[in-house]
Amino acid sequence: MPPRTLFDKVWDAHTVRTLDNGQTQLFIGTHLIHEVTSPQAFGMLEDLGLSVRMPARTFATVDHIVPTDQREEPFADALADQMIKALRANCLRHGITYFDLHSGLQGIVHMVGPEQGITQPGSTIACGDSHTSTHGAFGAIAFGIGTSQVRDVLATQTLAMSKPKLRRIEVNGTLRPGVYAKDVILHIIRTLGVNGGIGFAYEYAGEVFDALSMEERMTVCNMSIEGGARCGYVNPDQTTFDYLAGRPYAPQGAAWDEAVVRWRALASDPGCSYDDVVVIDAADIAPTVTWGINPGQAIAIDEAVPHPDRVRADERASVEEALAHMQLTPGQPIQGTKIDVAFLGSCTNARLSDFREVAAVLGGRRVAPGVHAIAVPGSTLVKEACEREGIDRVLIDAGFEWRAAGCSMCLAMNPDKLVGDQLCASSSNRNFKGRQGSASGRTVLMSPVMVAAAAVTGVISDARAVFGAGAKVSA
Amino acid sequence: MAAIAPIRTVTGRGVVVAGDDIDTDRIIPARFLRCVTFDDLAEGLFLDVRIDEDGRPTGHPLDRSEHAGASVLVSGRNFGCGSSREHAPQAIARAGFRAVIAGSFAEIFFANATTLGLVCLALDEGPLARLQAAIQAEPSATLTIDVAEASVTCADQRYPGRIADTARSVLLTGRYDPLAELLAGSDAIDAVAANLPYVGAAGGAR
Repeated sequence: MPPRTLFDKVWDAHTVRTLDNGQTQLFIGTHLIHEVTSPQAFGMLEDLGLSVRMPARTFATVDHIVPTDQREEPFADALADQMIKALRANCLRHGITYFDLHSGLQGIVHMVGPEQGITQPGSTIACGDSHTSTHGAFGAIAFGIGTSQVRDVLATQTLAMSKPKLRRIEVNGTLRPGVYAKDVILHIIRTLGVNGGIGFAYEYAGEVFDALSMEERMTVCNMSIEGGARCGYVNPDQTTFDYLAGRPYAPQGAAWDEAVVRWRALASDPGCSYDDVVVIDAADIAPTVTWGINPGQAIAIDEAVPHPDRVRADERASVEEALAHMQLTPGQPIQGTKIDVAFLGSCTNARLSDFREVAAVLGGRRVAPGVHAIAVPGSTLVKEACEREGIDRVLIDAGFEWRAAGCSMCLAMNPDKLVGDQLCASSSNRNFKGRQGSASGRTVLMSPVMVAAAAVTGVISDARAVFGAGAKVSA
Repeated sequence: MAAIAPIRTVTGRGVVVAGDDIDTDRIIPARFLRCVTFDDLAEGLFLDVRIDEDGRPTGHPLDRSEHAGASVLVSGRNFGCGSSREHAPQAIARAGFRAVIAGSFAEIFFANATTLGLVCLALDEGPLARLQAAIQAEPSATLTIDVAEASVTCADQRYPGRIADTARSVLLTGRYDPLAELLAGSDAIDAVAANLPYVGAAGGAR
């Protein structure tokens, strides 16, 4: 048999049949749902008199609308309260496993799947959320879907999908000190553009990915969609298996040993062909921050904001719009830009290793006067782990607010929002206009340690200069 | 399930919402996602760029009288990037639009829109710029999108474009909502599930 990619192997194993229009009817082994994009889908099922085909392969949690401070129900926001009640009722009615707000296991859906061992190599995972690409870190085909497609998966456990092309993105060499997984993906998006991945799935590979932890791989896969790729994955290896071993939904005993053998065989075979290959040298990746209003508008921390008249003609209008919104002057260094808010959180960067890293570098430094700093763990388990390790105390002593788990200020569907044109140094994934809850609010995306550096200095800063290079602690 | 009508053409006036990379947060700000039905989404369409922070209209194209009743939204490259929220095409459709013409579309938006029967026609840069100029010059001009040809005609000018074959065929046959066809594959679904160890016993259909 000719060498095959993981993508082909998993796609073929999940192919039900070819539909009349040429698309594939693809079996979805794991369906994750949350309160924002599922209620309408349940409503459609009800209107059609259909039931949930595989409730045991459907898992739910609540994340987007939950307050991160006042967690008692009813929520102050009646609309949010209606949404959590609808999710709870739908899960109960259809026999769906639901990690509820006070279950001890609630968190951002893309944190909960891996933590519970629900996310597994070789599976197909769909969720009504574009950051479902996160789960690709385990060697799964995982992608975001709309609500009508949530309905399709609920009713049939399948989707009508066009098979994407496959691009291998190889990052070779060793990351420089002070360069994180977040910088890797911001660099990739900056290089290939926010629409560079349209029509592609990404296979991330090379020495850098071999060395990354599962949490770091999740950070990269999470933002595949910001580069236009609906899914991105890393081939499973020992790092993957070590992460999954013993988790509640992972296979146990003899079944575990069999699963590992199967998972190893899923990795792309040596010598297989790709529709495109991009090779990046790790040495070229710097601590990276966005300056504009999409995640591709990014620069190295020591670079200057671009001049509209020095970019490609078809980008000029976008650059001008971004500069105006961000209140930046062409050619000015991004370092030194004053911040108002520091946000540590989101499905991109709110895992235990992110908070460990920040706690390790803070070293008694305090949040600068006038900066509102909040730290929002991605899951209740991460929150508890941080509290066991005393990370919460380090953050609180530094002047951060320590919150409960949820999506929070990444998209500001809960009460955590920017006000007016506040500028936020954010560890999240999107810097779109209005994304963080204020139409004129401004977002600068960066790694958690860079958020910490901005928080303590009050301006966008090079964390290597603020904390000393190579503070990286977690594997 | 009721049969749905084929969509062969879309005819109506156009409105240009200029810019590349118009994301789904821009199309429908997240606060409007606090809902359990799609019924009221039209009022949130592009709202944060239609009014300023004091609630005053900004003179956005959607609010200009010459574009009242327009049913074809015309924008730039990578339209609908960002979140997977179907709320975005739902808001566009519920505001009276039946087609979007853009330089290109983000994939999830394209899939969501097509499932709703909202036609997404992609034009190359040159034709797109000329079409936009034609609409600006004569807002009352009628646009006619021919789905089979993947083209749009405006003021006697034809602008050739692209609609993915998978979408074009289902629009033309009225099968753009795939659920009925997916349900018909039931036995084959069970067979696939039975061969996937991680699905295991949970895969049995009810």
